[in-house]
Amino acid sequence: MKRSRSGESPWTYILLAVILVPFLFPLFWMFLSSLKSQVENTAFPPVWIFKPTLNNYREVFIRNPFFTFTWNSLVVAAGSTGLALVLGLPGAYAIARFKRTGIALAILTARMAPGIGYLIPWFILFTKMRMIDTYLALILTHLIVALPLVLWVMIGFFEDVPGELIEAARIDGCSNFAAFLRVALPLVKPGIVATAILSFIFSWNNFLFSLIIAGFKTRTLPIAVYNFLSYEEINWGGLTAAATVITLPVLILSLFIQKHIVRGLTFGALKG
Amino acid sequence: MGNEIRAQKIPAWVTPPRRGSAWSLFVEDHPVLVFTLPAVVVVFILMVFPVFYTVYMSLHSWFASSLTGPEFIGLQNFKRAFTQDERFRNAIWLTLYFTVLATALQLVLGVSLALLLNRPFRGKGFFRSIFLLPMVATPVAIALVWMMMYNPTLGVMNYLVGLVGLGPYTWVSDVHLVIPALAVVDTWEWTPLITLITLAGLATLPLEPYESALIDGATPAQMFWRITLPLLRPTIMVALLFRSIDCLKTFDIIYVMTAGGPGFASETLNVYTFQVGLFYFHIGYACSLLVILFALVLGVSLILIKVRRGSW
Repeated sequence: MKRSRSGESPWTYILLAVILVPFLFPLFWMFLSSLKSQVENTAFPPVWIFKPTLNNYREVFIRNPFFTFTWNSLVVAAGSTGLALVLGLPGAYAIARFKRTGIALAILTARMAPGIGYLIPWFILFTKMRMIDTYLALILTHLIVALPLVLWVMIGFFEDVPGELIEAARIDGCSNFAAFLRVALPLVKPGIVATAILSFIFSWNNFLFSLIIAGFKTRTLPIAVYNFLSYEEINWGGLTAAATVITLPVLILSLFIQKHIVRGLTFGALKG
Repeated sequence: MGNEIRAQKIPAWVTPPRRGSAWSLFVEDHPVLVFTLPAVVVVFILMVFPVFYTVYMSLHSWFASSLTGPEFIGLQNFKRAFTQDERFRNAIWLTLYFTVLATALQLVLGVSLALLLNRPFRGKGFFRSIFLLPMVATPVAIALVWMMMYNPTLGVMNYLVGLVGLGPYTWVSDVHLVIPALAVVDTWEWTPLITLITLAGLATLPLEPYESALIDGATPAQMFWRITLPLLRPTIMVALLFRSIDCLKTFDIIYVMTAGGPGFASETLNVYTFQVGLFYFHIGYACSLLVILFALVLGVSLILIKVRRGSW
């Protein structure tokens, strides 16, 4: 449904602003509160104009091992994303190229099962193997989300590679593996970057798996913020500072892949 | 001509396979097997093992904290859930209530916003970037900010509704308001997804039906109900499918904001299962609840897929 260019009137921009405000407000409020003092944060009606302070951020990092939590989150997100790419890329390529949609559909069913269904058996197994609170256990559980994501999103990207290119390489004497590694992979590089960022975000944001599998040594940021919440319910400045620290990297990363986010969130079903 | 251009894109250093190696010959003969095996094996271990374990355990009675092993009790867990467990019935009802309310809200809002925004304007990319922030933001952080906004005495929500003469409410501390309040958070998070999906669908609509409708003198409202909506149906149904599956399984924001409370007023099936399995360590019963939850998700998915294929 195309409309004429006259749709671009001042009203369009006023409409945009009206739509954006409620969607941005909670994030804006989070950031604003993180710059307020405790007195300003507990004022009612809320204070809108105030002298910003970075004290909350200083306090969060001084009173808590937030650098350790950040490092833990990074290790787990990078580890699960890397593993998912190594395992998933050849699989996605073969499924797309040789049209094995049966395998892909079976993996999609995994998207439907509730996360706790995976968590309880793994929790019991990891407890028996004394692997609770290890990076390996966390990376493996996060892989439950990352691997199907990589497979599904990358199938879509590999399907966009013209079959003739692969055929031509094969005729020139390229092995199947070389055709994948040297012809297909370079062509889907933007897709790989987008998928890697998505997978990283999913792991970074993961709450349920880390809540049970992470312990004192490997505590990730979401769990740290959650614990912070139960200890200091009313210290809103500190809480929102912690929330900003954990959310900001994700928001920035997402800006690089805005074209692919819908594809990722619907597991490649919609290209958005 | 076209072939020449394409052929040039293949790097010159691509080498033919070494005929001598048994491994490379095997890869040549079984590419699908070799390429998909690593992923399939890992998926099998990570996901299929838990499924079998869950189904097996759902027929047993076992506390993870006890020293004795699981005891086979047949379908007793399911019987108990459906006939004796008041908390389970409450959880099923709350799960459906939350899912229907949240999906309906975000579907209506998301599609309406897409229709409003389906016009050319500068800065579309910028708008998209801003608009998708709620769905990538860390759920724990989202839950925390909304808890603060919903605070009964100091929260900004009571201030905002007070400006239009409503409230004050106690939001997530109110037994009757807690599910709608949580549905609002989920709607805030996921309406952008529906809007973006619908916008993508609108961009692919053919022009011809609108042209002939214009010639036939159709009103804009008629065009919307008779052309736009039927053509958009497949897109909307996919969005609905994904959202209802995820709503049935919503955990993060509910657990962080209310942990199922006040009382059990927001204890959905997912949260209840978590409490039974990982708080009381009653693994057998938790596994039977999981089987029921999965059946619920599967059932809703199948209904939606059927509706999508058949006529509405």
